[in-house]
Amino acid sequence: MELITADSWTQALRLKHERPGAAPINGGTDVMVELNFDLRRPEALLDLSRIAELKDWDVVGGTVQLGAGVTYSRIIAELADSLPALAMAARTVGSPQIRNRGTVGGNLGTASPAGDAHPVLLATGAVVEAESFGRGVRRIPVDDFFAGPKRSVLEPDELIRAVLIPTAAGPQQFSKVGTRNAMVIAVCSFAIALDLDARTVGTGIGSAGPTPLTARAAGRFLAGALDWDTLTVPEAAARHFGELVSEAASPIDDVRGTSAYRRHALQVLSMRALRWIRTAGREPEPVAA
Amino acid sequence: MSEHGLRLELTVNGRRRVAADVPANSSLLVALREHFGLPGAKNACEQGECGSCTVYLDDVPVCSCLVAAGQAHGCEVRTVEGLAMSSTSTSASAAAASGAASGMRNGGNAGETADLTALSVVQSAFLEAGAVQCGFCTPGFLIAVDALLIRVRGRTIINLDDAELREALAGNLCRCTGYEKVIDAVRTALARLATPQPPMGAAT
Repeated sequence: MELITADSWTQALRLKHERPGAAPINGGTDVMVELNFDLRRPEALLDLSRIAELKDWDVVGGTVQLGAGVTYSRIIAELADSLPALAMAARTVGSPQIRNRGTVGGNLGTASPAGDAHPVLLATGAVVEAESFGRGVRRIPVDDFFAGPKRSVLEPDELIRAVLIPTAAGPQQFSKVGTRNAMVIAVCSFAIALDLDARTVGTGIGSAGPTPLTARAAGRFLAGALDWDTLTVPEAAARHFGELVSEAASPIDDVRGTSAYRRHALQVLSMRALRWIRTAGREPEPVAA
Repeated sequence: MSEHGLRLELTVNGRRRVAADVPANSSLLVALREHFGLPGAKNACEQGECGSCTVYLDDVPVCSCLVAAGQAHGCEVRTVEGLAMSSTSTSASAAAASGAASGMRNGGNAGETADLTALSVVQSAFLEAGAVQCGFCTPGFLIAVDALLIRVRGRTIINLDDAELREALAGNLCRCTGYEKVIDAVRTALARLATPQPPMGAAT
C-alpha cells in the first residue's frame, strides 16, 4: 500500500482522478480503524490532511462554507454561534482526541447512518460540495447524499471540498442516546432546527435507518402547531410530534439496540428537544474540550 | 520513497529523528513504538476508544493509533517520554529535565529511559496521588491532563469544574483506579501550577 500526500486541493483532485482506488484520509478516525483491523486494504491512501483550503470556513451571505477538513474541536470553538446544533453534535463525537482530528468531511465520506453530523445537516438543509478533476464542482443536497449504509452518491473520482450550511435562523437542538456520555456510536440521535423567519421546522434522525433520515411529516406538523411567538405547543401536539418522528424512522434490531427501543427513544428525544428549545439561552454553553 | 515503506522524518520530543522503511499502512503509534524506540504510548484498542496511545501531534493531543505514520512526516510529536520538558513543568523540574534531555541526546537513541528525578508536575502528581496502578493507561492520561492544564492555565480566571474535567478526560479509560485518584492528581497538579513553587535544591 502506498501513502500519497496531496499538498493542494488541485493536486488532490488530479491524484484522485489518476488513482480512483486511493482511499482519502484526513483525520483518519474512521479510515485508520479499518486499516488497523485489516477490514480494508486500499491500494493507496490519499492524505488530504495538509491541504490548507480544506481547513478554512467562511460565512458568505447567510451560509457557512465549512471546509471538509475543519475538525470537530474547531467547530465547537469557532462555530457554536452560527451553527449551534452542529457544535452540539460535534461535542458528542468520541473524545477530545477524536474531536481534534475528526471532520464533517470525513463523517460524510464514511456515510454511516450513525454519523453524528448527519442529522444536523439534514435538519438545516445543508449542501455537500463535491468536486472532481474532470467535471468540476457538484453541489449535492444532503437529502440526496446518502444511498445506503456507508454508501454515498460520490463518484470514485470525487472528493468532498466543503459543506454549505445555513447559519442558524432560530433555536436548534441535537441529542443522542448511547451507552455512556462519551465515546459511543449513537443508538439513535435527533436534530431539530427552527427557522423563525420562514416558520419552518427541519429535522434529522440518526442511527435509526439504513441512512440518516428526515421526519418531514413531523416537521410540517410542528410548524403548524407551534406558537411561533412563545415557541410552545400543547402537550397533545408535542406527543403527536414525537409519534410522527418515531414513525419516520426505519430502525432495525442490531448490536446497539432494538428497533422498538429506537422508536421509543426517538419519541422521547424529540419531545425533549421541544422543551430545550423553549429554555434555550438558559442552557450551558458548549465547552471546548 | 522505498517501495517497501516510507522514510519518515519528524521531530520527536524536541529531537529530529528519521526512520527508514516504515510500512505505509502503519499508524504513528506503531512507528513510535517499533521504529523510534518510544514504547511509552500504548497499543490497547487500535481504534481510538481507550486513549492509551495519546500523544501530542503539533501540540494537539490525538490518538496516535488513528494517525497514519506518513501523516506525521515533518511534524512535531511529543510523547510521555518527553513530558518533563513540557510547559507544565515547574521551572525547577524543567531545568532538571533539560539537563536529563541533553544526556538523552548525547547518549541513547532507541529506548531513551526517563530520568525519574526530572518529572513534570503532572507526572509527580499522578505518582503521589496513587493514580498509577498497572500503569497502562498512564502515559495517555498524562498527555491528556497536560493538555487540559495548559488550556486551563491560559484563562484569565483559572477555573476547572468537575464536569469540564471529566469531559476533557473522557477519551482516556482506566480499568484499575476507578478514576478518583486520577481526578485527585489533576487537581493537585493544577493547584501546584497555579502557585509558584520554590525551586528544588536551589543554592542558598
